[in-house]
Amino acid sequence: MKGEEPRIGVFVCHCGTNIAGVVNVPSVVEYAKTLPDVVYVENNLYTCSNDTQERIKQIINEHHLNRVVVASCTPRTHEPLFRNTLREVGLNPYLFEMANIRDQCSWVHMHEPEAATEKSKDLVRMAVAKARLLEPLLRRLVKVNKSALVIGGGLAGMTAALAIANEGFDAYIVEKENELGGNLRNIHYLLNGEKPQAELQRLREKILQNSRVHVFTGATIGTIDGTIGDFRTKLSMNGQSTEIGHGIVIVATGATEYKPTEHLYGQDDRVLTQRQLEERLVSNRFNNGNGSDQTVVMIQCVGSRDDNHPYCSRVCCAEAIKNALRIKATSPQTHVYVLYRDIRTYGLKESYYTKARQQGVTFIRYQEAHRPEVKRNSRALDVFVFDPTLGMEIMIPADLVVLSAGIHPHPENRALAQLLKVPVNAEGFFLEAHMKLRPVDFMTDGVFLCGLAHSPKTIEESILQAQAAAARAATILAKDSIEMEANVSEVLDASCDGCAYCVDTCPYKAITLLEYMWAGQVKKVVETNETMCKGCGCCQATCPKKGVLIRGFTLDQIQAQIHAALGVA
Amino acid sequence: MSGNFDPLIVALCCNWCSYTGADLAGVARIQYPHNVRIVRVMCSGMVHPNLVIDAFTSGADGVLMCGCHLGDCHYQEGNYKAEKRAEAIRLMLADFGIEEERFRLEWVSAAEGPRFAQIVREFTEQIQTLGVSPYRTH
Repeated sequence: MKGEEPRIGVFVCHCGTNIAGVVNVPSVVEYAKTLPDVVYVENNLYTCSNDTQERIKQIINEHHLNRVVVASCTPRTHEPLFRNTLREVGLNPYLFEMANIRDQCSWVHMHEPEAATEKSKDLVRMAVAKARLLEPLLRRLVKVNKSALVIGGGLAGMTAALAIANEGFDAYIVEKENELGGNLRNIHYLLNGEKPQAELQRLREKILQNSRVHVFTGATIGTIDGTIGDFRTKLSMNGQSTEIGHGIVIVATGATEYKPTEHLYGQDDRVLTQRQLEERLVSNRFNNGNGSDQTVVMIQCVGSRDDNHPYCSRVCCAEAIKNALRIKATSPQTHVYVLYRDIRTYGLKESYYTKARQQGVTFIRYQEAHRPEVKRNSRALDVFVFDPTLGMEIMIPADLVVLSAGIHPHPENRALAQLLKVPVNAEGFFLEAHMKLRPVDFMTDGVFLCGLAHSPKTIEESILQAQAAAARAATILAKDSIEMEANVSEVLDASCDGCAYCVDTCPYKAITLLEYMWAGQVKKVVETNETMCKGCGCCQATCPKKGVLIRGFTLDQIQAQIHAALGVA
Repeated sequence: MSGNFDPLIVALCCNWCSYTGADLAGVARIQYPHNVRIVRVMCSGMVHPNLVIDAFTSGADGVLMCGCHLGDCHYQEGNYKAEKRAEAIRLMLADFGIEEERFRLEWVSAAEGPRFAQIVREFTEQIQTLGVSPYRTH
């Protein structure tokens, strides 16, 4: 492609009505036809569909296209797909550029169709400007270390590690506590009668017996270096440090139960969390001789769905009903009240909600603005709640108040996120690459997530997600070598005078200064190590002479986009 | 001319945090002014100060540079370098007779769609108050 005049094809996507419902797609198409080096333009209902991929290949051949621009959604999710289409037809995958007219136009200027259309034309012009300067790039291969690091030895981590081991790869579980099990250690029975502790025991045994699973307990992670296929992690255990090499990472660090500060929790030992109630129920410490007519009041959404934790913790409704049914099974005369905002016993758990009501558990709704209040009197706890159905406040004298404490992200998530260079969301849970398209991947290649580290979820959901993460990981571990991004640094010897400003600024120590004799004079020039370079571009932003650049994001390419944005040639 | 003119603003957004944050604003359908044109870069640390100055002398009314929050950079410390370069950029702007308020460096995480939209809203208003750039020819 080098030396050939650019012949650019532009494909403008309707994305159903996502784009075409706001942006005037035909006018963007007509505009694109006027842009320099553009030889073919069309619009598609869905540019990412299989049919359109075949069509793009056909058009590349028919019109001898050597650059492709797709105006649709974000390159973060769809660039790999289109690049692959180019590759399948024999065109270098880096001769491709996207204009994000959905996320940056139709979705954010929904009520300004004209402005959104004009902006779409600008984004297409910018993409074409960059496409004209694109060059074919080659990806280098890195050998894959066929083992996995699983951070966290709870249910999700153990499930993922076993699944990976069963695929024939080694898995290293790093658990900061002294035993495996995580939060599952506190769950003694499920709504359907299953006994998680027996399953936990079976899992532990399977792991101990599996020669491919290596467990480090009481271990903390010091550093994680490297990239997909070739990570190196330093661990420390009992003051001793070890280094392990691995090809992928699975984050399964779990979450914590909220420690309430409201409703007299911690001030009165008759106020418990659901987890503490469950412990009492299984160890027969529930009926402590207070007579038979006990009253238990459960309060839902404690530390969930509030200003600081706007999300639903998903498991608490079912957990409250599970414990209420258990109380009713062991002492039917006990009065159980559940103060709730919305009951979300989703899926088949709904039948247990019905069962609880049949067995006499009283459900009373409360509103966020009127949270229940727990007060101490000389004999019992008085729970005040405003019942919106009755339109009045009622008082329930309680022997026990049980708080359905929410699931909170692990406080150490942020530190681990910084080590791995992956994001957490506003609440502090780990954030996947895309909710629907890449639900167990991080944006960073070779790093996956599962379990409560990602969001509150049930045991079944954690197991499924762990299996998904292991399956995604296996797609990499099954390969002997993997292609790395080609967007790395390159030195232009003719422009480099060896000033070496870039040497100090490189975070990966990928640049070295060379001195040599040439025509009787000492010449200096820098050299980059492509395997160590990750393409951050600190070098190109430091160089005073355009002597080092990042392929695919050169200063000239970025400048061309800026000039196109500003409408200057 | 100042007040309600339509400013041209270039935003240089890093791939890993702020470009993703801008995508999230889209996914959440958060509406913001149409004046910003986003250029995706891999890291705020790859933006040469000359690119920003060139954007201004080519007619940009404002330039927004966005990276990951300090400590969160995908490449360890690119955003710290961007922060230092921003100081240099502000000094150079004075030499070019451009108000330093026309340039802004912001940190936007991949989860901060609302924050990205809010920054665009505020910055657009700020540029509208400053008026058309002296370098803008059309």
